[in-house]
Amino acid sequence: MALTKEITLSRLQEKFGDAILSHDEPYGLLTIEVPADRNLDVIGFLKNEADLAFGYLTDLCAVHMPDQKGREIAVVYHIHSLTNNVRIRIKCWIPEANPEIASATVLFAGANWMERETYDFFGVRFQGHPNLKRILNVDHMEIFPLLKQYPLEDSSREDKDDRFFGR
Amino acid sequence: MAEQSIFGEENLQQENKQYNTLNLGPTHPATHGVFQNILQMDGEIIMSSEATIGYIHRAFEKLAEHRPFYQVTPITDRLNYCSAPINNMGWHMTVEKLLGVQTPKKVDYMRIIVMELSRIADHIVCNTVIGVDTGALTGFTYMFQERERIYDIFEEMCGARLTTNIGRVGGFERDFSPKTIQMIRDFISGFPKRFDEFEGMLLRNRIFMDRIINVGPISAERALEYSFSGPNLRAAGVDYDVRVMNPYCSYNDFDFTIPIGTSGDTYDRFCVRQAEIRESLKLIETALNNMPDGKFVADCPEFYLPPKKDVYSSMEALIWHFKIVMGEVDLPKGEVYHSVEGGNGEVGYYLISDGGRTPYRLHFRRPCFIYYQAYPEMIKGSMLSDAILTMSSMNVIAGELDA
Repeated sequence: MALTKEITLSRLQEKFGDAILSHDEPYGLLTIEVPADRNLDVIGFLKNEADLAFGYLTDLCAVHMPDQKGREIAVVYHIHSLTNNVRIRIKCWIPEANPEIASATVLFAGANWMERETYDFFGVRFQGHPNLKRILNVDHMEIFPLLKQYPLEDSSREDKDDRFFGR
Repeated sequence: MAEQSIFGEENLQQENKQYNTLNLGPTHPATHGVFQNILQMDGEIIMSSEATIGYIHRAFEKLAEHRPFYQVTPITDRLNYCSAPINNMGWHMTVEKLLGVQTPKKVDYMRIIVMELSRIADHIVCNTVIGVDTGALTGFTYMFQERERIYDIFEEMCGARLTTNIGRVGGFERDFSPKTIQMIRDFISGFPKRFDEFEGMLLRNRIFMDRIINVGPISAERALEYSFSGPNLRAAGVDYDVRVMNPYCSYNDFDFTIPIGTSGDTYDRFCVRQAEIRESLKLIETALNNMPDGKFVADCPEFYLPPKKDVYSSMEALIWHFKIVMGEVDLPKGEVYHSVEGGNGEVGYYLISDGGRTPYRLHFRRPCFIYYQAYPEMIKGSMLSDAILTMSSMNVIAGELDA
């Protein structure tokens, strides 16, 4: 029987129980939320179970939601099971004060630069990453520019009022 | 890879040896873009390398958080600028998915024509540059005339050539004119003959084959671990193509094959792209012949800028124009991942909307950013000149790499 989103979800709930904090299907893509310290357990299980075979890390990035106190940053994994053609999105929320999560480089070689990029823009420290340093920005940059507190433009400018442009 | 070194594994392991450091790039005439690789060389042999990227980083993801959706389209142009229309279409489809807009069949077919034309343009650049790097400049100069014809078609469609900003959310800004259709017909009838000439010059050319077979190979397993996509993955023997796996834009109406290679080396990448160009031609011809009647835009006035002449003459069009431009339109909340098969792999858009005018977060899955990290592994133990060839055959586009 072909693997479906429903089977994937029930396999995960069977194995991890309460560690699947929530699940949803926005726009047809199965999305689950797991505790940050279980991220590799879940991803490794998805990758290594023969019938699931989620062996293709499509994308890895982060999202900053400063209003959610204590869980400001989400590390988002998009993983694809190419043999079954099922995609899954896994979210792990971590606090901005201490943004640490285990590195997925032990499972996917391709996670290396994606995690470096996430570190570069959000300051997420991936534990166990072989070479966690900035990748696109200059090395001496002091901020993590995609965090929401950093404005795009110099806020001291007076010649331009963004309120009139709906921003 | 180390095993394939012409001097054998034991020599690579020699200890206490001083290597020369060579900076290949960032502005090296042979790298076709701003790429820096710091190579540790033992004579002509690359022992290890480290890629430095980000020289043309323009903070697109931050910029996109401050742009209304239709103003993000020109940003996508500047990712993979060799096939900008595919990025434009991918972005429009992402927004349409968020809005729940159903496009008419005619829009899908028009998009397929535009996307396949730009796929041909993209593959022409990559494959002719492989020729240039092996010393065959002729094919490059002749095939660039064909690329020019494709750009003429884009210019006729939307007024721009390289960074096209073609189409709108919901469809196109205007229908294909009779002249555009004639230009596409001229292209698909004239191109195969000239393409055959190019292919005849290189594909079974003994010198060319000896030069690029077994250069920069990667196995299917490693390619998947590195999340390769597009022709580079298919050259390694994995038939993953977004157009077939997750059909978008009515690609499932069409009958086409996905060419795959076996060894994942430079020659296979070259062959896969050559074969894909022929498939794209078939797709364009079928789409043009079966073009459905109907509107060239979906019915979504709240997101589609009305035609300018209506803005001057009709109250409703003026209202929509004002609302869209001034950002008075409310968008649904949600998060969407949509991907299309770009010129060099799976181009993905991860869009989070909080209901505001601009994306809350937009992440671009840029295929060459992801597969370029395998480059040090692919060139280890090979000659310097092979490293140049490997890079050009991987179709790494600096704009997409650095976003």
